[in-house]
Order: sequence, then C-alpha cells, then structure tokens
Amino acid sequence: MKIMSKNRKEQKLSISRTGIPKRGKVKFFALREDIPRNIYILGGAVFIGLVLVAWQLITAFGLVRPLFLPAPVDVIVEGGRQIREGILYADASASIYRIVMGWGFATLFAVPIGILMGSFKFFEGLFEPFIDIVRYMPVVALIPLTILWAGIGDFQKFLILFIGTFFQQVLMIMDNVKQVPVSLIRVGQTLGLSRIEILKSIVLPSAFPGVWDTFRITMGWTWTYLVVAELVAADKGLGRRIMDAQRYLATDTIIFGILFIGLLGLITDYLFKLSGRFLFKWNRGS
Amino acid sequence: MIAPKISIENVSQLFYKSGSPFVVLDNFSMEIAKNEFVTVVGTSGCGKSTLLNIVGGLVEPSDGQVCIDGIPIDGPGRDRGFVFQSYSLFEWLNVERNIFFSLKKSAMKEREKKETVRHYINAVGLSGFEKAYPRELSGGMRQRVAIARALVYKPEVLLMDEPFGALDSQTRGMMQELLLQVWEEHKTTVLFITHDVDEAIFISDRVVVMSARPGRLKLEKTIELTRPRSYEITTEQLFMDAKKELIGSIREETLKTMAVPSGS
Repeated sequence: MKIMSKNRKEQKLSISRTGIPKRGKVKFFALREDIPRNIYILGGAVFIGLVLVAWQLITAFGLVRPLFLPAPVDVIVEGGRQIREGILYADASASIYRIVMGWGFATLFAVPIGILMGSFKFFEGLFEPFIDIVRYMPVVALIPLTILWAGIGDFQKFLILFIGTFFQQVLMIMDNVKQVPVSLIRVGQTLGLSRIEILKSIVLPSAFPGVWDTFRITMGWTWTYLVVAELVAADKGLGRRIMDAQRYLATDTIIFGILFIGLLGLITDYLFKLSGRFLFKWNRGS
Repeated sequence: MIAPKISIENVSQLFYKSGSPFVVLDNFSMEIAKNEFVTVVGTSGCGKSTLLNIVGGLVEPSDGQVCIDGIPIDGPGRDRGFVFQSYSLFEWLNVERNIFFSLKKSAMKEREKKETVRHYINAVGLSGFEKAYPRELSGGMRQRVAIARALVYKPEVLLMDEPFGALDSQTRGMMQELLLQVWEEHKTTVLFITHDVDEAIFISDRVVVMSARPGRLKLEKTIELTRPRSYEITTEQLFMDAKKELIGSIREETLKTMAVPSGS
C-alpha cells in the first residue's frame, strides 16, 4: 500500500513539473487522476470566457431586451462610471468594513466556543440545541429586531452579518476540533500535559488547517449576507447600491454590483487558500 | 524477589453496550519485573488493549488497581510512555520537533534536550530525516518517530499497543529488531500488546495469553531465548516449541468465540 501511494506521488510530480507525463498520452478523463496544471487553469478561464461570449451574443442579437439583460459592454461602462465618480470606492470600503467586522466578531466568539464544544461534551450539550434553533431562523426576518436593538447604524449591519455567520461557523469549528484524533490527545495525557496545555499545543495546531478552511467558507457566507445587511437604512455599500438600482430598473448597475461582489469574494477565497498553503506546509501531499 | 515494577491487581472491566453489561476483563492479575519485556497476546476483542489502557491510566478499571512501584496509579502520567498502533504523530511538527515535544515538561537544559533528541533520532535510524514532516514518511518510519518520542523522556514503563500492526511483514520484522536493539541499549519495562505470536516470542522475556472475553490470564510462557536476538532465532527449536504451545492455546480461545454467537 505504501509503495503504491509513493508511486502515485512520483507520477504527480513528473506531471506537474513538465506538464507532460514521461510516456503515453495525457489522460484528461481518468478517474481521480491529476491533469496538467496549465490545462486545469485554462479550463476555468475558457469556461468563464464562453459564458461572457454567450452573454454578448444574446444581447447583440437582441434576443433579450436590455432592460432584462444589458450587454457586457454596458455593464463595464457602468463600472467605469462608478469608479470615476468614486461611488465604487465608497461602497466597497463601507461593505468590506462591515464584512470584516461582522465576520471578525463571529469568528472571535466562534473559535473559543467551537473549541470548547468540540473538546468537552458538556459544552456541546449546553450550546448545541440553542445554536441549532437559531441557525434555522431566517436572518432577513431578524432585520426589524436588530434595528430595534442596535439602531440603524453600522452596528446593526455587523449584527446581521454576525447572526448569519456565527451560528454556522461555530458548529463547523466544533467539527474541525472533533476531527483531531483522540490518540493525539492521549499522547498528550501520557506526557503529563494539563488539559489547557493539550488544547493549546495539540488540539489547536491539529485542527488549525480545518479551521482555516472554515474561515474561508464562512467568509463566503458573510459576503452572501451583505445584501441582507444593507437592505435597510444604509446610505452606501455594494448591497445598498443593488437594492437602490432595483427601484430605477438599472439592470446594468445590478449586474455590475453582483459581479463585483463575486469578484471580491473570489479574491478573499484565493487569499485564504494561498495563506493556508503557506501556513500549513506540513499538510501538503498524500 | 524484588518488588515488581508493575502490578496489575484483580482488575475487572465492565462495559455497557446498549444497556446490557458485558465483562471485558475478569479479575486479571499480573506482575511485571523491572526491565522485563512482557507481551500480551490474545484473540481480537479479548480486552488486551483495554488492559493496556488501564495500565496507562487512560481508562479507569471497574474494579481492582494497577500499581507502579507499589503505588496505585491515578490517571496517565509521565512514568508510562505510550506507543499507539495509529502512529499518532503531530503532523504539524517535523521529526525532530515531534520527539522534542516529549521533553516539553522535562527539567533538562535546552542543550541537553537537543543532544538527547539527536541521540534517539540516531537510535531509531532516522538521522537525515530530522526536518521531514510525518506526511513525508513511510509507515515504518513514522512508527520509529513514535517510538523515539515515547523513549526520549525515559519513562520507567513503555506501553505498546500493537505498534507494528499496520506495517507490512518485512517492515514489521525490521522494526522488531530495531525495537530490541534500542531496548537493549536503554533498558526499560515494556508491556507490549500484539496478536502476532511470532512477534511476541521474538521480542519478549515472557508471553501472556489472554482468554477470549471475558479476558483472564490463561497461560504464561517464559521465553528462554538468549539476548541479544536476531531474526535467526525464529528457526530455533526453542522458538518453534514456544510457538506451538502459544498458538495452540490461542486457537482454543478463538474457537470458543466462534462457537458461541456473540451477544449471548
């Protein structure tokens, strides 16, 4: 078994270095096998290109009225306008600030509570039923309450993002912690480490890559709640811009806004992945 | 006779499985002398791992007690090192740091710690791999790290739970020889669990056969083979005789578990 996995690693290496395996043809559709890296990346780019071309063609031939679907060029022009007038910068910075705060607060609470829940059955029993109830509550429906409690300032936005993120995140972190093999904890115990020391020097580092992935995924969810957070009583923000555009049927603004949020999300995702690869060098391969 | 290093006194263990109790260990007693190498063999599910966990202090027995140097144990402690079947290495630490981890609580000076770690890396034949991460190592190499990690802080007792169970037979043979080599050099009391009779005879001073559940001490066999041992002894008459006796004894127990439907 060991020999087999070693071979596979070698194979992977020879492909990723040269792009072409030593002999034979490149198999693109082998089950669970790697393909050359450049093909992998090219594929993703080509698909996005195809979607754009299809979009352009549909609008160019007038298959759909511009009111429903503006041409890509119009969307780009709209983006240019927002950049020139400084709207985009103001919106983006307001939204990113809210995302960072909302997600940050959620993470600040979710990490310690998740670790406690994953490590001690007592805390799991204590918190999980409550979290499970709240987690299914529609965040949109909580808007009136959050306004009552937190006013109409930024704090209300943080609260919405917090609620949307925290209750999912804490359960995921609990799971990450539970993935730590019990035998590692036993090793710590036989070495005479205290519970705190085991949590700090064994559980935490062992769960860290999983937790990092949870960070990445939940950050994505926080982005999806942005529009909800900016639904009421916001004067700027990427979500706000979209909601305003709805009133004037400014579909180009809407589509630009959506795409821009998607782009920012993609960048955050990529940053998390990249930093993860750097942080967890030991976690690579096999 | 000198006081035993480990004494297992009338240890019983009861588990509840969907409401109904079943006895895993029944009044098990055994003594192990200082620097003795004892192996417990038995059919799967006979409670040998439970026994080891009790000695390690990871499981509290339903009845009876375990004493180290005459003092009853209370939970796990640094006097007993553990090697698990799953290598249980710290994946985020390289070989050197994995072994170093065991010295965290040691009173040694930093330089002395480094020396000791280097010594044990050499002893288990891992020099050159100090900076490698566990993911980059083969199963045999990983288990060598685990052994070094358990030995480096010089626990008085070494508890090994089928440490070579996941290795292929060639690697397993090499590891047994390596373990003996290291043990000859750094004598310590070892309680070893396995289901491999050849392995048990090859490494031990004494082999203990456990009966099928509930686990009782069925047979004790002192292995008179001279030390240091090499793989050649596996063809000696003494080895063969011991093997015949032990396999016969275990076979009886295995047949019992097969004849009686489980759960009755």
